[in-house]
Amino acid sequence: MAKLLGIDVGSTTVKVCVIGEDGKVLSSSYTRHFSRVKETVLRELEKIRPLGERYKAAVTGSAGLGLAQRGGLTFVQEVQAAYGAIRAGYPDVDVAVELGGEDAKIIFVTGGAEQRMNGSCAGGTGAFIDQMATLLDISVEEMDALSLEAERIYPIASRCGVFAKSDIQPLLNQGAKKSDIAASIFRAVVDQTVSGLAQGRRIKGKVLFLGGPLYFLKGLRKAFTETLGLDAEHAVFPDNGPCFMSIGAAMYAKNAREETLGEIMERLSSSPDGDSITVGEPLFASREEYNAFIRRHQRSDLPFRDIHRYEGDAYLGIDSGSTTTKLMLITPENEILWSHYQSNNGQPLEIIVNKLRELYGITKDKIAIRGACVTGYGEDMIRAALKIDFGIVETMAHFKAALHFNPDVDFIIDIGGQDIKCFKVKNRAIDSIMLNEACSSGCGSFIQTFAKAMGMEIEEFARLGLFAKRPVELGSRCTVFMNSSVKQAQKEGASVEDISAGLSSSIVKNAIYKVIRARTPEELGSHIVVQGGTFLNDAVLRSFEKETGKEVIRPAIAGLMGAFGAALYAKENTPKDKLLSDIATEAELSHFTYASRAVTCKGCTSHCSVNILTFSDGRRYISGNKCERGAGLKPRKDVPDIYAFKYEKLLSMPKTDGGQRGTVGLPLQLVMYEQLPLWTEFFETCGFRVVLSEKSSRELYFRGQHTVASDTACYPAKLMHGHIESLLDRGVDFIFYPCESYNLDEHDSVNHYNCPVVAYYPELLKANNERLNEKNFIMPYLDPNDEKTTVRALKRALAPYKLSASLIAKAYRRGLSRMEQWHEEIREKGREILAAAEREGLHTIVLAGRPYHADPEINHGINKLLCSLGLAVLSEDAVFEEGSLVKVNVLNQWTYHARLYRAAEYCTRRKDIDLVQLVSFGCGIDAITTDEVRAILESRGKLYTQIKIDEINNLGVVKIRLRSLLAAIEEQKRRDEE
Amino acid sequence: MKEDFESLSASLHPSLRGGEVRIGARSSAESGIADFTDDYPRFTHEMKATHTILVPDMLPWHFDLLVHVIRREGYKVEVLHNEGREVIDEGLKHVHNDTCFPALCVIGQYLNALKSGKYDPEHTAVLITQSGGGCRASNYVPLIRKALKAEFPSVPVLSLNFSGLEKGNGLELNPGFILRLAYSIFYGDLIMSCFNQTKPYEVKEGASAEARVVCVEEIKRALDRGKYRKLKRYVLFILNTFAAVPVKSEKKIKVGIVGEIYVKYSPLGNSHLEDFLLQEGCEPVVPALMDFILYCIINNVNDAKLYGKNKKTAAVFKLVYRYAYGKQKKIIKWTKQHGRYEPMHDFERLRACADLVINQGVKMGEGWLIPAEMAALAETGTENIVCAQPFGCLPNHIAGKGAARVVRKLYPDANIVPVDYDPSATKVNQENRIKLMLATAREKL
Repeated sequence: MAKLLGIDVGSTTVKVCVIGEDGKVLSSSYTRHFSRVKETVLRELEKIRPLGERYKAAVTGSAGLGLAQRGGLTFVQEVQAAYGAIRAGYPDVDVAVELGGEDAKIIFVTGGAEQRMNGSCAGGTGAFIDQMATLLDISVEEMDALSLEAERIYPIASRCGVFAKSDIQPLLNQGAKKSDIAASIFRAVVDQTVSGLAQGRRIKGKVLFLGGPLYFLKGLRKAFTETLGLDAEHAVFPDNGPCFMSIGAAMYAKNAREETLGEIMERLSSSPDGDSITVGEPLFASREEYNAFIRRHQRSDLPFRDIHRYEGDAYLGIDSGSTTTKLMLITPENEILWSHYQSNNGQPLEIIVNKLRELYGITKDKIAIRGACVTGYGEDMIRAALKIDFGIVETMAHFKAALHFNPDVDFIIDIGGQDIKCFKVKNRAIDSIMLNEACSSGCGSFIQTFAKAMGMEIEEFARLGLFAKRPVELGSRCTVFMNSSVKQAQKEGASVEDISAGLSSSIVKNAIYKVIRARTPEELGSHIVVQGGTFLNDAVLRSFEKETGKEVIRPAIAGLMGAFGAALYAKENTPKDKLLSDIATEAELSHFTYASRAVTCKGCTSHCSVNILTFSDGRRYISGNKCERGAGLKPRKDVPDIYAFKYEKLLSMPKTDGGQRGTVGLPLQLVMYEQLPLWTEFFETCGFRVVLSEKSSRELYFRGQHTVASDTACYPAKLMHGHIESLLDRGVDFIFYPCESYNLDEHDSVNHYNCPVVAYYPELLKANNERLNEKNFIMPYLDPNDEKTTVRALKRALAPYKLSASLIAKAYRRGLSRMEQWHEEIREKGREILAAAEREGLHTIVLAGRPYHADPEINHGINKLLCSLGLAVLSEDAVFEEGSLVKVNVLNQWTYHARLYRAAEYCTRRKDIDLVQLVSFGCGIDAITTDEVRAILESRGKLYTQIKIDEINNLGVVKIRLRSLLAAIEEQKRRDEE
Repeated sequence: MKEDFESLSASLHPSLRGGEVRIGARSSAESGIADFTDDYPRFTHEMKATHTILVPDMLPWHFDLLVHVIRREGYKVEVLHNEGREVIDEGLKHVHNDTCFPALCVIGQYLNALKSGKYDPEHTAVLITQSGGGCRASNYVPLIRKALKAEFPSVPVLSLNFSGLEKGNGLELNPGFILRLAYSIFYGDLIMSCFNQTKPYEVKEGASAEARVVCVEEIKRALDRGKYRKLKRYVLFILNTFAAVPVKSEKKIKVGIVGEIYVKYSPLGNSHLEDFLLQEGCEPVVPALMDFILYCIINNVNDAKLYGKNKKTAAVFKLVYRYAYGKQKKIIKWTKQHGRYEPMHDFERLRACADLVINQGVKMGEGWLIPAEMAALAETGTENIVCAQPFGCLPNHIAGKGAARVVRKLYPDANIVPVDYDPSATKVNQENRIKLMLATAREKL
């Protein structure tokens, strides 16, 4: 009789298993395939030859389908394979969780069998962990070991690798411990599994954990068992966990045709490579073309000067980037004396200190560093630690550097390891800035991670791409999507060369069409300077030129432009009479040390995680704080911040006593941020006591996470689930949350809809939270503009409380006037803030979003950040009535969004006010409003800034954006004065 | 935009209602209205004779007939069938990253076609339907305009809608025209349903497709000769034509397709979902397009009932609804009598199904129709359901993924898989999810 052969081809590994006639597993293996799927499978099959000659074979796995089809083998869907194996091997298991290279799956076995896989956005898990280990510059094994020593868990966004990365990077830069970060990463994986996959079903009972990562990583196991609250008996980690699917495939092979191993291998090895992938043109048609390209770019270079012979003045620029650290020393004639570029390994300060020591060893007494300037992510910390003269926002540094290479430059694009920055230049000043949103970032380092995954260095990987014959088209969205595109291309048999070239072109397309959002190459301008480490990759540079159809300038120091710009800034701004920079001297550096300590700030309810660096001379540097309080300063009393005002006022709105009829819970989220005054007044008039849900927080989000049905909805909506849990726990008689297709008619738009999520979220809550029922969750359909039907609907909805129609009508009217009063209060406060700002000469920002953006968990304290930058903060609802009615190009039919347009119009009429638009990730409607708000502002010469917010609690990028805006506003002012 | 802005401004601020005001970028602060609109080409009456109107590939089943009707009115119309990566890339270039996938496909198709050189941009227009609901899909017209402006500024956009948007910039409708369109949808639905119930079982490859061609041609003739209103005659013709196709008696897995209107029907939008299901040996069950139209009509009636809105127009809508529903009921009756085919859903039954799951007040996008169709499918023996939705579709959060749990509770055998469609989501991922659902289905078979 034949033996059963199971082959599981995953995104990163091949698993092969043989089951004997008696059902025993005779052999199993687990090997990384480095995208050489066919060769690896054949090699593994060769190894099982001694076990016997005749087999029945089946293939499974995410990359197995193509192999099976072309090799004429039976294919079984991987979850189905697992299902079979679970039933045979572990009949008493309730739930199985499987994490693979890029897939995550949950199989609910008991209580209604159900199988779930990660959606297109949830990203990979094994690959995610790999990526994070790369980021920490340790192996996955080391990361695992470190995680077991963790003392605290940081909140890390779990949706996909890119988000997590932007959470982790600042932690690294702030000197947080790797062990804590490692454990936090594992915790994020667990959170993702719970929220992304379980979606409303609890993972409980006996749980089977499968797949490579869960087998090899103890820290991940620990995170799962602890978070799910499982004991040893209920958490099963089988020895054959990594190969489990291949066992399932082998079992499935029972029905397959019997044949010899030779026949199977013969067919596999002669199977054709797929051809259904889309391929683009080669980057270079010929060697000659390549050589001409190289010659052309060699022209953009800076002169060097031998530092060992030079004597005189010099200026130092430091660019402390998110993944790399760059330093450059120039002469007053802009010659490079010395430069350095290296990955910062999460230790930027240490690297800079070491490099400075090295530098001092060379400069000795013959070179005088007259000025120094630092830029980049680590700017504040480095500046404080080393007493550097100047700090500038990185966008300004890059701009300065680009100007040097082409005074006519009108467009600059910088692709670094983590981020993309583009700016348009008009009149030698930055006109508009585009930074990548969290969703499309991580581009440069993405290639690096990929190169590593394929087992080669980035340089080699890039070189391979230059002469690829058939570069594959990989799409241009976020890296997680690219991961699966690559997976598909590999499945279809694309070569490493083709993938390398394809990745370069993806990065370029991503930058041009997603970040810059150019429609045609002409929009980019005619004098383009490209920079950033990623452009040192010739394949990327060539792809950019091909895509735009333009010849661009890439300085040879493309990776050092930030440092060069900083050095130029230092040179231009050092006073003539200042002969020596304040930067820490050789003597000071010789005994320089520092210690880092993480604490939770208790200054307010935000409870920021604050990092305190203490330097050897006793000075301290505090980071992670969102306001002065965290930095140990006293906050001013009358902060010109309407967001804080609105939030505090709303929280204290319900009375704390009364309520003979009972208690009603109002979830303070989404529409309730607008209508709380209405419903508080309504219910209090009707004789109820109003109870608010707890304040939003990450913990609250986690409490409701298991009832989230759609993980791509906006964060405010997802937070709502926690608010409902909180009200249920507070034991209110019922929760009131109306469905409203229509919002208030403010007579300034064609229609006055709510967005679909705001309008109908109660339906989703009721459908997905088992604790809710007809009695404790009252959700009438109302149109707040029509009293008659609203009163009727309320009477019906509140029937058990036997309220009279006249009482309801009276209460409703009082509610409406309370809301009107509230709107007036907001406007009044707005006027007050504006008057104060005018008095003190402060610039004002209208932070325009939705009423629910007043929630500190949603806005992440951006309002406070603005205040700390010396600005006054208004909101769209405080000013929109000052704006004209507007006609826009799009259908203006949502109440909140109509406010945005009018607020924007208002800002265009004031020199001292600018607008920053807050956009929640996943808000489909803002895809339309953002372009329109931008058009309104730009048509009248105003700058447009957009900030996308999600559950990420990291203001680093936001700060850069806001500081760039301020710098640009300053530039504009200066120009106007000239 | 300007016209509909004014025509629909009954509820607007008094100062907006007045005559023509142009300010803003072209400023004049006194009147208080800032105008940020760009000018765009309109489709004039004369263009009817000179311009070719491009229509996106949305309903391969119905468009054959609908286009025939539009041509009869004197328009030159062409349905686009271009697809592939270039179409998607054009879309990506011209549409905001977070805009829904259907907008991206449609705009990609237009631009790709216009760039192909097959059409003279000076004599080409594009047509799109517009619902006017609270979902962002009602913004497709301005989005298309914006995209065209960059490269083909002279190409006008026509809107096909029944909510009074874009007045004077759409097809010139008349009662006969509308009636022909409506009947085409009825016939198109029936042809689609019969085809799907025949194709998986046909003995001779291609026989069902031949039957479809026969039916379509017959209906076209009926439309030309003005006999299309002889409903029974043509319904029976379609039923009999398909019933004559020899079939095997084997049992196949039935898979229902519900979801957002574009990705539900358009092969470009759903990566040829119907073909994929056929390949997998399944019978696709696709609910009728007429249900969506009835859904749009009845929502106006519901709005009047719930919020006392526009009672007069609601009364008209109610009449239209009664008329159309009456026809639908007859088609169902004849299909039942004929006996060979499972009839399509009765709309009143759909409404009753909706009430089990969600309130009919959920009216944005495809709203309550999605869970209604899921429940109706489960109830009539099609327990395996693909809920197709564009990635990040707002109404679908609530009515698709959000409501699936309730449907499963009502029909424990319901086997529902939500599938996201997106420019970068790979076919493998989508197919994997569907295969997973099919694995469970096969186990039960």
